[in-house]
Amino acid sequence: MKNNLQRENGRWGQRVLMPEQDHHLRCRNFDEVNLGLSEEAAIAEARRCLQCKSAPCIAGCPVAVDIPAFIAAVAGTRMAEAARILLADNTLPAICGRVCPQEEQCEGLCVLDRKGQAIAVGYLERFVADWALRHPEQLAPTVIPKASGKKVAVVGSGPAGLTVAGELARMGHEVIIYEALHDTGGVLRYGIPEFRLPKEIVDIEVARLAQLGVCIECNVVVGKTITLPKMRNEHDAVFIANGAGLPTMLNIPGENLKGVFSANEYLTRVNLMGAWRQDHATPIPRSRQVVVIGGGNTAMDAVRTARRLGAARAVILYRRSEAEMPARIEEIKHAKEEGVEFVMLTAPLEILGDNQGWVNGLRCQAMRLGEPDTSGRRRPVPVEGKVFELEAQVVVNAVGTGANPLLTATAPELGLNRWGNIEVDTTGQTNLAGVFAGGDIVRGGATVILAMGDGKRAAGAIDTYLQRCKGRPLM
Amino acid sequence: MFEIIENTILAPNVHRLVVRAPRIARVRQPGQFVIVRADVHGERIPLTIGDADMAAGTITLFVQAVGTSTLQIVHTPVGGALQDVAGPLGSATEIEQWGRVACVGGGLGTAVLYPLAKALAEAGNEVTTIIGGRSAPYILLEDELQAFSRKVIVTTEDGSHGRQGFVTAALQELMEDPRRCPAVVFAVGPVPMMRAVCELTRPERIRTIVSLNPIMIDGTGMCGGCRVRVGEETKFACVDGPEFDGHLVDFKLLTDRLSMYREEECRMLSQLPEELRNQIVTVRR
Ligand SMILES: Cc1cc2nc3c(=O)[nH]c(=O)nc-3n(C[C@H](O)[C@H](O)[C@H](O)COP(=O)(O)OP(=O)(O)OC[C@H]3O[C@@H](n4cnc5c(N)ncnc54)[C@H](O)[C@@H]3O)c2cc1C
Ligand SMILES: Cc1cc2nc3c(=O)[nH]c(=O)nc-3n(C[C@H](O)[C@H](O)[C@H](O)COP(=O)(O)OP(=O)(O)OC[C@H]3O[C@@H](n4cnc5c(N)ncnc54)[C@H](O)[C@@H]3O)c2cc1C
Ligand code: SF4
Ligand code: SF4
Ligand code: FES
Repeated sequence: MKNNLQRENGRWGQRVLMPEQDHHLRCRNFDEVNLGLSEEAAIAEARRCLQCKSAPCIAGCPVAVDIPAFIAAVAGTRMAEAARILLADNTLPAICGRVCPQEEQCEGLCVLDRKGQAIAVGYLERFVADWALRHPEQLAPTVIPKASGKKVAVVGSGPAGLTVAGELARMGHEVIIYEALHDTGGVLRYGIPEFRLPKEIVDIEVARLAQLGVCIECNVVVGKTITLPKMRNEHDAVFIANGAGLPTMLNIPGENLKGVFSANEYLTRVNLMGAWRQDHATPIPRSRQVVVIGGGNTAMDAVRTARRLGAARAVILYRRSEAEMPARIEEIKHAKEEGVEFVMLTAPLEILGDNQGWVNGLRCQAMRLGEPDTSGRRRPVPVEGKVFELEAQVVVNAVGTGANPLLTATAPELGLNRWGNIEVDTTGQTNLAGVFAGGDIVRGGATVILAMGDGKRAAGAIDTYLQRCKGRPLM
Repeated sequence: MFEIIENTILAPNVHRLVVRAPRIARVRQPGQFVIVRADVHGERIPLTIGDADMAAGTITLFVQAVGTSTLQIVHTPVGGALQDVAGPLGSATEIEQWGRVACVGGGLGTAVLYPLAKALAEAGNEVTTIIGGRSAPYILLEDELQAFSRKVIVTTEDGSHGRQGFVTAALQELMEDPRRCPAVVFAVGPVPMMRAVCELTRPERIRTIVSLNPIMIDGTGMCGGCRVRVGEETKFACVDGPEFDGHLVDFKLLTDRLSMYREEECRMLSQLPEELRNQIVTVRR
């Protein structure tokens, strides 16, 4: 795939296309869909970048990656330098390059976006990160500074926890991550499927932390196995990043029928428990018709997983229209190519079942868009009298998640907002001395890069705190 | 990895495993459970913490081989290890001073009941224990329960040990005797048994607590797979339970949801070698 400096599409050239697995094949396997740019294509794409002095793209990136600088290095075939620049701001570029909603962030602010030809910052980021994974010898070895003698506990090994741990270890602090599940990565492991983010990449990132001396203990459920007060006693600081793992129920009849799943359960069975593979013991129903309710990344991941598990008809049911869908544009495009059906402006009224307690369909209400609500999106309102049924043997609820109260319920002194999210100041500090928090437990369901940004910011604040603090808070 | 310190056979296909898990041993309370994965390909299997020894850093599990995963767990030898043991999960039993308490256990349920009954007795309740099984070899923990119960009543379906019949008949007799009638009943066992106990105590308005065993994955309230209907509410058994007011539980829904993977379970079983398959008990749910 030659990229065009030929500029047949005007002065700015044409945005590079990502080579993909053929959609007829990929909708039946779990291999990664995006194959990654060739070096040639990456260099050509990098050369399209205008190297804007004001670099508006940087403002779109929550961790302020120096985008023009790393792209200039790619354009000059200085990959090791590109990797160094990238890694200075973003510790998990192989992940962000794959899953950031670039169209709303860096690429959304690229000056070429107005021409519809934004620089493919995400693809380039992924290219550089993958190159770095293949050439570790060309990266400067990580120097671990002198031990500070301070000990920090991190709750949760999702992107926020992994980032804070890496940053703190590089500052010389002793870090231990406690993870409730039997494996690391949080949503990166149990939520986002293999075909979008190969788990090997998560493994490599986790291994890198181990090299930095970070200790990770799985099977430790904070709030149950150990409590927050005890953690505070045993460590100089604590960072809480336990995510937003509580499925929101639909509260419609039939929700407890067999074959009705939360997206968390459906995806966890497949991703964390390996239900898609023959050699893993956890089962998952492989059904002909699957309906997924919701319009975000989670919904796209669930519906595309259903196709790969063999569903002949896999449907997205969303109560607004496609324009309002919060999912990444690429996921929507991929889902469509893979034969996913989009039933828009439709809300579920009831999940229907047979006399064995299995789901066999949904009763739906057609909607139309009314006046904008507080979020600025037009509110869906029912179209009177337009009710219809859809057949389904599996229904997946992907309408959202909230704050899981398991940990916070055992730490009543921790300040929460009215949705149960932990309240923090701009540095990530909670109302308790030495206790910081970030990621989805603070923001509600957000993004990987925002969670990482929180981790990075909190690491700085924790470091400052550790330099100042005299001892552990007395409990 | 979690080392197996002891593995003894209590009854056909029921093993007592002592597992090294110091953190869990330190904080677990009666009524709580762990989630176990035998190896890296394994399912996450919830198992009640039967007992714990804080000093030795061990917990005791009573495991009945009913399918491929539990079979693999009971076959882990002493010196071997379980890949993952996470916990303690679930809410602890609300232990109060109720006075007379009846603890009713059916089949493997007796093992789940054991830590509750012990805690109830230690809190000063007068515990009468009724345990049942299909025949003599399936009666679990009789001596252990005897150690703190005021009385242990055993029932077997074939009359080979104790009284012939079901646990419900023995409970009914207890209820009919004003000097022995319990203020609270704890019932743990197959779903039909727990339902029958609840039907018996409902007209008498005797508070009845059951321990539910829906299919679980994470055990932390993240997946919602373990949802049960209690009164007008949907609850997650792994965090809101596993113990609930039996008079409010929708047992039909629980039975339905427990059969979700029956086909898959049968297929897995049929792939096992004959001699292993024979080691599996068929249980009623
Ligand atoms: C299916 C799906 C697809 C998504 N796709 C995208 C995408 O394409 N792009 C994007 O930017 N974002 C996406 N997101 C959102 C993104 O994954 C999250 O915003 C991000 O993972 C939040 O990171 P976190 O570190 O705060 O929490 P999490 O990733 O949720 O990690 C929290 C970790 O804490 C552990 N934990 C929880 N409770 C405890 C406890 N009590 N003790 C110990 N450990 C505990 C959990 O097991 C988990 O490992 C997606 C989310 C989902 C669910
Ligand atoms: C909170 C809780 C505590 C538990 N404590 C114990 C315990 O202390 N000891 C113990 O042996 N078991 C206990 N169980 C039940 C145990 O988890 C199941 O027996 C196990 O998951 C079956 O897995 P399997 O792969 O071996 O069998 P599968 O192949 O999944 O099933 C084989 C057969 O086992 C039965 N079965 C499947 N799932 C369950 C279930 N959740 N409950 C009951 N029967 C089931 C069915 O008859 C099925 O046909 C508990 C369950 C819960 C939810
Ligand atoms: S981290 Fe995400 S938002 Fe920032 S430059 Fe990379 S892809 Fe864009
Ligand atoms: S805005 Fe676009 S063209 Fe300008 S420096 Fe950033 S990526 Fe390059
Ligand atoms: S087992 Fe997942 S929520 Fe209870």
